[in-house]
Amino acid sequence: MHPTDFSLRGALDALAEGAISSEELTRAHLDAIERLNPRINAYITVTAEQALARARESDARRARGEAGPLEGLPLAIKDLFCTEGVRTTAGSRILGNFVPPYESTVTANLLRDGAVFLGKANLDEFAMGSSNTTSAFGPVENPWSRRNDPDARLVPGGSSGGSAAAVAARLALGATATDTGGSIRQPAAFCGIAGIKPTYGRCSRFGIVAFASSLDQAGPVARTVEDCALLLRSMAGFDPKDATSAEVPVPDFAAACARGVRGLRIGVPQEYRLDGMPTEIEALWQRGLEWLRAEGAETVEISLPHTRYALPTYYIVAPAEASSNLARYDGVRYGLRVAEADGDLRDLYERTRAAGFGAEVKRRIMIGTYVLSAGYYDAYYLKAQKVRALIRQDFERAWERVDAIVTPATPSAAFGMDEKQDDPVTMYLNDVFTVTANLAGLPGLAVPAGLDAQGLPLGLQVIGRAFDEETVFAVGAAIERAADFRALPGLRAGA
Amino acid sequence: MSLDTAMVRRIASLARIRLEEEEVGRMQAELNGILGWIEQLQAVPTEGVEPMAGGSPLPAAGGMRMRADEVTEGGIAEKVLANAPDRIGDYFAVPKVVE
Repeated sequence: MHPTDFSLRGALDALAEGAISSEELTRAHLDAIERLNPRINAYITVTAEQALARARESDARRARGEAGPLEGLPLAIKDLFCTEGVRTTAGSRILGNFVPPYESTVTANLLRDGAVFLGKANLDEFAMGSSNTTSAFGPVENPWSRRNDPDARLVPGGSSGGSAAAVAARLALGATATDTGGSIRQPAAFCGIAGIKPTYGRCSRFGIVAFASSLDQAGPVARTVEDCALLLRSMAGFDPKDATSAEVPVPDFAAACARGVRGLRIGVPQEYRLDGMPTEIEALWQRGLEWLRAEGAETVEISLPHTRYALPTYYIVAPAEASSNLARYDGVRYGLRVAEADGDLRDLYERTRAAGFGAEVKRRIMIGTYVLSAGYYDAYYLKAQKVRALIRQDFERAWERVDAIVTPATPSAAFGMDEKQDDPVTMYLNDVFTVTANLAGLPGLAVPAGLDAQGLPLGLQVIGRAFDEETVFAVGAAIERAADFRALPGLRAGA
Repeated sequence: MSLDTAMVRRIASLARIRLEEEEVGRMQAELNGILGWIEQLQAVPTEGVEPMAGGSPLPAAGGMRMRADEVTEGGIAEKVLANAPDRIGDYFAVPKVVE
């Protein structure tokens, strides 16, 4: 077995038995990155020397009997998490060579538990995108390809495209990611791996470059549901530095993976059946529900009547918050500065932001500025907040009848890098199944469940009650066991 | 509501993003495409609905926690200024603002 093929759980066992050291495990990943990253572009920054030094420290801790819960595991960190002393770009030119003088709470938690960071993973600029093609550091290539068109380069999804591609291609055992409208679940589904966006407030947002603060949540991507559970337990927890961080205990998520689904009521929302959705996605969904029934769950047809308004609501709320959050990039305190010799301060702001932001980010700042501007606030922003309340209410009513909801993760498999680039709204429709969980603040997990006719992975999504990730993990793990998904991408270490 | 070019320029100015003359038309078309699509929200009846502010999934827990109003850190001017594009002493430097 190649060391990059371990699950996180498998690697922990191998490390505990002394079958491998963290240094060997880390070196194997660094070698794989050196070989494959020039093509996949999953990493913006590789911190090889630091990773090896930390791996050696980890091996020493383990030898002293001081192993943490993630001791010695090499991970990729989405380049939206501030890492002390390591350049953090958010996939944008405007951050220049920004080197954070502090560590995000989520990454600090992972370091506390013994993880080793291989480097910073590529992403859509400021996490705005569903294809990882808006990164200022170039697109990421999906390690999977179509059977009948193997030369077509496919997107890994976004915005956490680098994290998902790195994990799928075995360039990391797991990765951190963030999800504002689907940015964990959609790339996980496109790359044939698992990923969970936990309940809003479960992971601290401190030190994560902000996009839309009422929607942003950090979560893990990994190759198994249990691996996601192991990572989330370390990432989560109350943090006084984030006013929206929830003061709730962090349960043993991995234990919940073995619970089974007997007696659970699984909701099947009729509004998630879209016109024009590929029949194989509908078939996969039905197969997933059959698997759960076979394990003793009951499936229940439910209605989430405001589902069709979720994306337009999102494209008011998210740009509004983004336009406010991204006002801080002004060329004064950090990052890029573009100034004319005789220009004034306003000219400095405008030139810096014009040169520093990419096209998608500018569009969203413009939309957000407009919907918040005098005379338009009530018609757009306030209206969207009200519809958002109705979307949350739809779920509250559903929880009276069901314990979890199962839907497709995405309306299609991974698409080509040159597709869906002409019309922003076409790209936005990728998140049609995932965005509702962000608006309602609920946990959502994507789990690989099958392949389409082209041999590309398709995922199912499990949505749960607020702070009930345990049921989500139980259902996701049951789907994973039944699906027995063993297909592998063509581009991967050890292949 | 369709944006004209003057409005597009005004939004860019509010957003402090320099828009070159040749970029205005394309930006106008893209923004109007997105706004036209968002317009469908107007069809949702929302009388008497309390707007959802913040991201909490639990309506009752919507209020954010307050902390004691006291200094918790400071004296880290070098760290704060470490990424400054330009500085003079312990200050961020910008073009002259007041004549």
